[in-house]
Amino acid sequence: MTTVSSQRAVGTPRVRRGSSASSVAAAAVLALLVGAAALPYVVDPGYTSQLVKLFYLVTLASMWNLLAGYAGMVSIGQQAYIGLGAYGIFVFNDRGVDVWSATVLSALVVALVAWPVSYLAFRLRGGYFAVGTWVIAEVVRLVIVRFDQLGAGHGRGIETITSDPLVRRAYTYWLALAVMVAALIGVYALLRSRLGLDMQATRDNEVAAVSLGVRVTATKRMVFVLAAAGCAAAGAVICISGLGVADPGAIFGVQYSAFMIFMVVIGGIGTLEGPIVGALLYFALDQYLSQSGVWYLVILGVVAIVVALYLPRGLWGTFAHRTGFAVFALRYRVAQPEPEPGSAGRAADPAADAHDVAVTGPSRTGGEHK
Amino acid sequence: MTYVNALVQGIMLGGIFALAASGLSLMYGVMRIANLAHGDLMVLGAYVCALVATSLGVPLPLAALASMATLGTAGWLLQRLALDRAMRLGEMAPLLVTFGLSVVIPNVLLQIFTNNSRTISIGSLGTASFRMSSAVSVGWFPLLTLVIAVLVLGSLQLFLQRTQLGRIIRATSDDTRTVRLMGVDSRMVFGLASAASLATVALAGSLYAMRQGGITPFEGQSLVLFAFEAVIIGGLGSLWGTLLGGMVLGIAQAIGAVISPDLPLLTGHLVFLAVLAARPQGILGRRLA
Repeated sequence: MTTVSSQRAVGTPRVRRGSSASSVAAAAVLALLVGAAALPYVVDPGYTSQLVKLFYLVTLASMWNLLAGYAGMVSIGQQAYIGLGAYGIFVFNDRGVDVWSATVLSALVVALVAWPVSYLAFRLRGGYFAVGTWVIAEVVRLVIVRFDQLGAGHGRGIETITSDPLVRRAYTYWLALAVMVAALIGVYALLRSRLGLDMQATRDNEVAAVSLGVRVTATKRMVFVLAAAGCAAAGAVICISGLGVADPGAIFGVQYSAFMIFMVVIGGIGTLEGPIVGALLYFALDQYLSQSGVWYLVILGVVAIVVALYLPRGLWGTFAHRTGFAVFALRYRVAQPEPEPGSAGRAADPAADAHDVAVTGPSRTGGEHK
Repeated sequence: MTYVNALVQGIMLGGIFALAASGLSLMYGVMRIANLAHGDLMVLGAYVCALVATSLGVPLPLAALASMATLGTAGWLLQRLALDRAMRLGEMAPLLVTFGLSVVIPNVLLQIFTNNSRTISIGSLGTASFRMSSAVSVGWFPLLTLVIAVLVLGSLQLFLQRTQLGRIIRATSDDTRTVRLMGVDSRMVFGLASAASLATVALAGSLYAMRQGGITPFEGQSLVLFAFEAVIIGGLGSLWGTLLGGMVLGIAQAIGAVISPDLPLLTGHLVFLAVLAARPQGILGRRLA
């Protein structure tokens, strides 16, 4: 699909990813990240601990987007892995591992847990898959609270962590930043790989993907496991930044799924940038509206419904669709060489100059609906 | 003997799960929408019932009927205003819309009615029971809910199988385009199915609240899981399977409660996962080709 034969243009069309705008944007992202890494030396710890929240929100949103936006799996049970990641910190920390290494170990172990779980979850599809993941999350919560050494139903604190609050907060900030960057790079690399194409082909038309030799179930399983690991790392960050788990019902709460869905749907499902935009928006809303308590959640729910119905591409998705701009170079573009002077007038059509051959947004044709 | 009693109580409890699941089954069967707000709509139905009973002073059976009418209308509006559009957008949009509702409904209820339990008292009927043996006694009200569940599922089944409108609904579900060519307004059919689904939801929610003696805003989060579990255990697309699924779930929870009072949720979920692992098509479901 990467070469498009052209009868009217002379010369070979060039296929490339991204555009000059996306190169500039990528450089800006890099500069932003370097700036972010230096932040604990510059600003008050109060600001950096706010940013920790933003970073784990971006991580969570990207993971949910990977599942639902690219692999077509709507999960409302990711809190299972968030909670397990958080409790993993206790398990490793109690055995003498420092919390920063425990985050990595926790994510790895949760990936190992998610692998067999996927065999169970994949027996269900669509809405039933969504509820199945939710049931699994409930089972995980009900099992975890039966362990007294994990604080039973009351939650518990981390035993050993860097005592100097300034150093601890800086480390927590870098951990959250590192987890987010790893998640984003992971998703980016995944989507640029063959597996990423397999995923999107499966999402858009499973039957066609199978007939072209895509190993659909294996691909989905891979995504499921990676998303679980990402959510576990985010859960570990949540646990460390809170110095423990205050309430198992909250860390295993379905509201995490609600927030993930909100961020991804509003930002733009099926785009890499969308969840980041959604997380920023949610983060800003959270700063101003969380005092208004319950109505805040009502507003989030209503906005998510309206956007899902009337702006299905989300904010970033709509913007990107209109302008063709992308920060992360994922799409293949075919650039036609300059037509020779005096050749057919059709070459004046600007739309013919660049074709997207791999569309990254979910296809939203209603043709398959029964 | 405690286990025999648990079995009997579980079957009774299963009646309410099956009733809750029938609306879910109907909506999925006709529109292919998995309604994630199902449990919260049950709770909403219970609140409407309680509100009508206390503010208008009408007897509870009438209040439950009023709740069915209210949620039935809401179901029609939901389908016409939101779900029709969502269905056209693809598989994901209906999930997002119903999940959004499941966030909105309990929080609105929380804001208006606080987190305290809203009582629905059925008086002496709540405790009245008869003894089958020295260890097994059956409550009249749980038996009544079981009978209502069987009646609702039976009449839904008969309606879909035997009546002209039932045939139209099934045909619309199978092939919307062809049915429209035959002059059927598919939106009307979907609206009706949604209205019927939410009416049963209101009934299930009202009966559930009466059984528990009250209702709180966030109970829907576990009810939606029970309803889905009943449908999947029984087998997709089989209304009698749904009844059986509800009972299996009810028995699993009742036996869990005998072992330890904090176990019923876990045993219920584990039995569901076991069925999923061993027989993913459900007990009465047909294996897909």
